[in-house]
Amino acid sequence: MNHPTEIPTRRDLGADLPAVTEDQRHIGVAIPREGVRRLTQGRGQFVDDIELPRLAHVVFWRSPVAHMRITRIERSAAQALPGVIAVVVGAEIAAICKPWVATLAHLAGIKSAPQYPMALERATWQGEPVIAIVAETRAVAEDALGLLEVEWESLPAVLDTETALDPATPLIHPELGDNLCFTRSLDTGGVDEAFARPDAVAFEETYVFGRHTGVTLEPRCQIADWNPGDQKLTVYHSFQAPHMMQDLYCRQFELQESQVRVVCRDVGGSFGIKVHAYPDDFATVALAMLLQRPVKFVADRLESFVSDIHAREHRIRARIAATKAGEILAFEIDDLTGIGPFSMFPRTSGIEGNQVVNLTGGPYKHKAYRAKLKVVFQNKVPTCQYRGVGHPIACAVTEALVDGIAAKIGMDPIAIREANVIPDDAYPATGASGIKLEILSHEACLREAKRVCDYDALRAEQSQLRKQNVYRGIGVATLIELTNPSAAFYGVGGARIASQDGATLRLEPTGVLTVMSSVGEQGQGAEAIFAQIAADAVGVGIDRVRVVTGDTDATPYGGGTWASRGAGIGGEAVLQAGLVLRENILATAEAILQRERSGLKLHRGAVVDARTNERLLDLAELGRIAYFRSDTLPKTFTPELMVTRHYAQRDYPFIFTNGVQVSHVEVDVDTGFVKLLKHWAVEDCGRVINPMLVDEQMRGAIVQGIGGALFEECLYSEDGTLRNGNMADYLVPMAGEMPDIVVSHVQSPTRSSQLGAKGAGEAGTAGAPGAVMNAINDALAPFGARVSSQPITPEKILRALGKI
Amino acid sequence: MNTPTDSPKRRVRVEVNGTPIVREVECRKHLIDFLREDCGMKGSHLGCEHGVCGACTVRLDGQIVRGCLVLAAQADGHRVDTVETSTPSKRLKALQDAFVEHNALQCGYCTPGMLMAALELVEQKPDADRTQVREWMSGNYCRCTGYHAIVDAVCAVLEQQRAGRFADEPVASADEVRA
Repeated sequence: MNHPTEIPTRRDLGADLPAVTEDQRHIGVAIPREGVRRLTQGRGQFVDDIELPRLAHVVFWRSPVAHMRITRIERSAAQALPGVIAVVVGAEIAAICKPWVATLAHLAGIKSAPQYPMALERATWQGEPVIAIVAETRAVAEDALGLLEVEWESLPAVLDTETALDPATPLIHPELGDNLCFTRSLDTGGVDEAFARPDAVAFEETYVFGRHTGVTLEPRCQIADWNPGDQKLTVYHSFQAPHMMQDLYCRQFELQESQVRVVCRDVGGSFGIKVHAYPDDFATVALAMLLQRPVKFVADRLESFVSDIHAREHRIRARIAATKAGEILAFEIDDLTGIGPFSMFPRTSGIEGNQVVNLTGGPYKHKAYRAKLKVVFQNKVPTCQYRGVGHPIACAVTEALVDGIAAKIGMDPIAIREANVIPDDAYPATGASGIKLEILSHEACLREAKRVCDYDALRAEQSQLRKQNVYRGIGVATLIELTNPSAAFYGVGGARIASQDGATLRLEPTGVLTVMSSVGEQGQGAEAIFAQIAADAVGVGIDRVRVVTGDTDATPYGGGTWASRGAGIGGEAVLQAGLVLRENILATAEAILQRERSGLKLHRGAVVDARTNERLLDLAELGRIAYFRSDTLPKTFTPELMVTRHYAQRDYPFIFTNGVQVSHVEVDVDTGFVKLLKHWAVEDCGRVINPMLVDEQMRGAIVQGIGGALFEECLYSEDGTLRNGNMADYLVPMAGEMPDIVVSHVQSPTRSSQLGAKGAGEAGTAGAPGAVMNAINDALAPFGARVSSQPITPEKILRALGKI
Repeated sequence: MNTPTDSPKRRVRVEVNGTPIVREVECRKHLIDFLREDCGMKGSHLGCEHGVCGACTVRLDGQIVRGCLVLAAQADGHRVDTVETSTPSKRLKALQDAFVEHNALQCGYCTPGMLMAALELVEQKPDADRTQVREWMSGNYCRCTGYHAIVDAVCAVLEQQRAGRFADEPVASADEVRA
């Protein structure tokens, strides 16, 4: 693709934005990811594909009940099975791995209990690892599970968030004094006054969100390989933040960074599921150290459902006040959320509720806001950050309230949003919750949303069809998404989670560019956009760029993938390293050609005459001379053809993005079934690096949001065991029931970086549940019925309609 | 309980991607584990191990099956094709190209199974429209894309086929495959 005409230009975004590089050819262009061709040929390398000499396999005997005291473990029969290498209990692991407590200093008052890799005398959720069996094959290890004899005494389980703090409710961790993990309240003042205004109208509703989980298609997995010869631990891990795990393994096992290497090659889906440190991660490493041989852990699907984090179990009482003329005056929420028996390490499970408090009402101009949050412990699977972290909840609550009040005062849903969003010329701005908003584009996105879905035509069709007893609904959701986090997210709270990322760019002797980034690839296309940015920054064709990620031994230190930071933070590091490398290349050319630097330019893979574009020196020739013929260069000059730069966003706690989604549904009022007809998303992620990747990233996120809105829920029985912990019973969206999704872009580049990119990973998930719920309620409006509990099942719709 | 020491074994001969492979396998072993562990064919993945997600979809005598619901012993004497074939048919190659071109994969874990399912669709339902493509592909989970690009990619190959691009490469009719 050296020749410009060979670069696909099906879609080119950003032509109206100032270019970030001298000869920008790749940034903003929908270039297919050639790097994924190997995945279409089955040539990926996922963790379970890796075989090592003397590789052993571990399975965990996990607590079958929600809460129990272990009274006896008899392991001799399991141990005696041919092929079994070891049967190990929690205390033996705890002897070499320290426990952890997942709290953050800036979440005032948050508490949790010390957690061990495997339960010691008590297990506190169904799925907590208790005993590890290591065998020559996974099949033998599973056989041995059946030979274990474990006796336990069931303990009362704390399941209901509403009663978790009652004095009569047993304590999960008596040493904590209560079952409260974290609480927060926020009050700007003026809320009661707003609701009491004579011209005010109020709307109030309670929203319930079912627990769901990520269901990454590749389960969590790792291989831990302790080499006693060089005292070095290598962990092949399906993970989003390799340096974070390197640091945690160092600290829990008292090792140095130089002793630990974490390698993340192909990762089969992550979504936040693979950014937390799980007990079985540490147990697997401990087993490798104890047994002095590599140990592979691959969760099977049934384990995934009870050991991957869950998320989003919230019950929120909420209300909104607006004037009769449609000016939003105040929001108030009371959020109660359950997180399982421990705050999850190291990000804490308090963050999700904290985000709900930060984000509710976020797009709007109102100044009065009151929020209460209670995060309580339960004997259920631990919850933590999953794609969107709090955003889908805050957005669904906010947008349902806005629709509710609009209906009450007889205003069109888009009109009330247009009248109340923070105007596009009002930034930087501060939201009522205190969030700092740099540059947003709600008005432009609403205009674009109305245009792409042909809103007026949809409304006309809706009223026409109602006469034929066809009930369609149009749901709108305006959203904000926090991306590009600074150290204010975790670092200030004492978590050793890097807010900066780094990129190393190396010009090879052949003129090929190697990019090493601390941000890895889990499918979203990070490697592809880094190649695009590097190519433009240096001035070469993208086919001359290769990208290396996911190896703490090879890449610069950095935070990895979370909170939609790959493009905005990692991409800026690539840009900065590339711009310096370009200068270094030109300095080398100056030395080789003995020509003034000011007369030289790097253009399309060669050093050229800045005035005439005459090719003077190909990069392969420059590389050959720089690396192999230093004798021909001036003695005072050393070529520096490898450059590392880091970037951390410091201007704001986060760089917020925004967008609008519109959902079009049809509700069958006899069966309660919802048919998704179409979905539109307008998103503003700042400068778009590759529109094709952003589009499908948005669509994937929207479909995950739709999953939460309509299908997905971790259902528990009364005794605290998961009732639907398998793929047959836990419903996720499939191709057949998903709509076509139209994505449109508005670009407001962040000024906090030269690249101007903001995150794009989570806005889809943030907006979809609100848009879909509003669409369903719009369809049900002629019956005076509303739903406010997700997932919105046919049964809930029929109940709302009074039919069952 | 069957254990490796007393679990009955059977000698199976399977043609995998055109290469005859003979192995002694436990009767309880599933085809997908046989392919991955005994044949070194790591391209097809395990997603759920209970026949729901479709990640392990491979072809057995030309018809797609769930690798986690078929025993290796059942494949004895039969032909298995996975995405790793070194001689993809024109239709498979076109699907692979279309998946790249349309960004119809993100992490790529579901992709091998997705391609096998799509290949059978292209061969057996040449007139499928967008809705039918969505329905057909509903046996395969994808958690990364929103399916939209996958549907685009499959529809693009169907169009190429209708334009005669694969005319010189006939496929067995559905009846023949099922017989």
